[in-house]
Amino acid sequence: MGKEDFETTPNDLEQGLEKRKYSVGEILRERGVSRRDFLKFCSAVTAAMALPASFAPRVAEALDEVKRPPLVWMEFQDCAGDTEALLRAANPTVGEIVLDILSVDYHETIMAAAGHQAEAALEKTVNDYKGKYLCVVEGSIPMKDGGIYGCVGGKSHLDRARQVCGNAAATVAVGTCASYGGIAAAVPNPTGAVGVKEAVPGATVINLPGCPVNADNLTATIVHYLVFGKIPALDGHGRPLFAYGKRIHDNCERRPHFDAGQYVEHWGDDGHRRGFCLYKVGCKGPATFHNCPTQRYNEKTSWPVGAGHPCAGCSEPAFWDTMGPMYKRLPNVPGFGIEHTADKIGIGVAAGAAAAFAVHGVLNAVRKDKEPSDETREG
Amino acid sequence: MPNQPKFKRYVWELPVRWCHWTNVMSIVVLCVTGFFIGTPFSFGKSASDFTMGWIRFFHFTAAYLFTVSVISRIIWSFIGNRYSGWREFFPLATLKGREKMLRMLRYYLLLDRKVPETIGHNPLATSAYVCLFFLYSLMILTGFALYAQHAPGSPMYRVLGFMYALFSNQGMRLAHHFSMWLIVGFVINHIYSAWLMDIKERGGEISSMFSGYKFTVKKED
Ligand code: HEM
Ligand code: HEM
Ligand code: SF4
Repeated sequence: MGKEDFETTPNDLEQGLEKRKYSVGEILRERGVSRRDFLKFCSAVTAAMALPASFAPRVAEALDEVKRPPLVWMEFQDCAGDTEALLRAANPTVGEIVLDILSVDYHETIMAAAGHQAEAALEKTVNDYKGKYLCVVEGSIPMKDGGIYGCVGGKSHLDRARQVCGNAAATVAVGTCASYGGIAAAVPNPTGAVGVKEAVPGATVINLPGCPVNADNLTATIVHYLVFGKIPALDGHGRPLFAYGKRIHDNCERRPHFDAGQYVEHWGDDGHRRGFCLYKVGCKGPATFHNCPTQRYNEKTSWPVGAGHPCAGCSEPAFWDTMGPMYKRLPNVPGFGIEHTADKIGIGVAAGAAAAFAVHGVLNAVRKDKEPSDETREG
Repeated sequence: MPNQPKFKRYVWELPVRWCHWTNVMSIVVLCVTGFFIGTPFSFGKSASDFTMGWIRFFHFTAAYLFTVSVISRIIWSFIGNRYSGWREFFPLATLKGREKMLRMLRYYLLLDRKVPETIGHNPLATSAYVCLFFLYSLMILTGFALYAQHAPGSPMYRVLGFMYALFSNQGMRLAHHFSMWLIVGFVINHIYSAWLMDIKERGGEISSMFSGYKFTVKKED
């Protein structure tokens, strides 16, 4: 993508829009971020993008140059948890500032503007920067009954998604709801909730599932877009490979205990206190692709398994319906009572077969059969 | 006619017998190790043990052996003698097969005292083998699809991509786990039937899977 892509056009003379010409590096300097912190940030984000460390200076160079694109943050059926994840850190990081300077145009939870004024700002961005602005979506989109289950400013979420995501250069779906419908889409899915890609199939969508999204992955995705001018390589579920290309189980700090055969058997037992593997208490790490063990949450403080709770599999499609029960390894067998595990039914099948053949065997033993002879043989 | 003369007849060629006993051994290993993978005990004494690691290693080694054996047997069904050919496995497709099957069924249901002599597979058994081969394929496909998750993007992962569209991650585990019990159910049935027919036919049914020879009343077909 050429530099001029985000340059303002001659008729955009308003100051607010003119400011967009500033490079990201320039804005950071204005905000008092030291060069050293900026370079540290570039190294961290290079690592998050799973690029070799030698890329860090190139990332810095590119970020110095690139013009910031406008960004809008849409909230649909959500809990604002992803916004929280982004904002609640105690010390603002360079990453937050990068996102912060990008997100001025529209963000329902944190913007100063309200009502018609806010909607007008969104309208303006969408019209003036058609195909050039970035969009971040939080929350699922209800499709049932014409999408009447969620409206903002008199327009349904579905209509807004079509307009805003459909005209964006790229849409980042943050959190599991925006990616795949999430909890709102769990059976019976009363509102017909779906993720962005399903609601607006024509849009360019990057899914960053997780509950909530890891803010570092969001920063890395946006930096990737700014630096390379294109979206990162995605897996079959539309997730960037740099963050979702490995299984939790294969990077987990408790993995040596898994291989050794040391498991937490009950909550708070000796194994639990000693940090053993959570496999037997329902860990879904073996079924979940995410970089939680390496990237961690809240400025790399911790993550669920690190804190002693089994992985819930929240970053997989349809996780609420397919990853349960949370504290059991395998799903319950559909069509049987909730407490029937595959093993109970399986042992029943095997025991039933054994019993039936035992009876059959006894009956056969007491019976006098006619051995094969010329008349009974087959030809 | 207890003392009637019988003819020795070569039925199971070497590859059939080899595949059979390779399958038996690998399935035993797969079931035992699979059960432990599903329900591990805390057998590790220290974090530098590798108990689960070894159990999984044996599971995957047996898995490769099993897969090669199953594929070989399928190929042999196009090469081998008529008793091992693929046509034998679909008795319902021919009138004669249906007749044989009915006779066998009547015998098994204790409705008929005449023991039907079968030279190759018995037609009820082959129908069960078709179901079993379906289970084999399911185990192999779900097994390798789960296995490939340690290296997403690898050729194995891509070849098995369609499996991830058919199953959710956990649904695939459940299918892999539960089908083990179906195979166990088959094995119980199968060993019983082999024992039963060995006694009733007096044709050396069980030893035929070792030697290849059966003893039959009829000399030629
Ligand atoms: C007759 C054949 C087989 C039987 C009876 C069998 C049985 C099992 C069982 C009971 C489990 C535990 C499942 C769970 O509770 O999660 C398991 C796990 C597994 N099996 Fe098999 N298996 C068979 C063949 C295979 C084959 C051919 C492969 C191919 C590599 C394979 C690969 C695996 C893997 C990777 C796991 C671990 C799944 C996980 O990540 O949780 N299995 N097997
Ligand atoms: C894991 C256990 C076993 C499995 C999965 C198994 C499976 C099979 C299969 C698929 C066949 C068809 C052979 C072919 O055409 O390739 C077969 C045949 C046979 N098996 Fe097994 N088998 C098992 C254990 C045994 C054992 C322990 C015995 C001995 C008691 C046995 C005795 C026989 C005999 C006698 C036949 C030939 C009978 C016929 O098909 O009419 N099997 N078995
Ligand atoms: S805690 Fe979960 S992810 Fe970690 S090694 Fe154990 S099963 Fe795997």
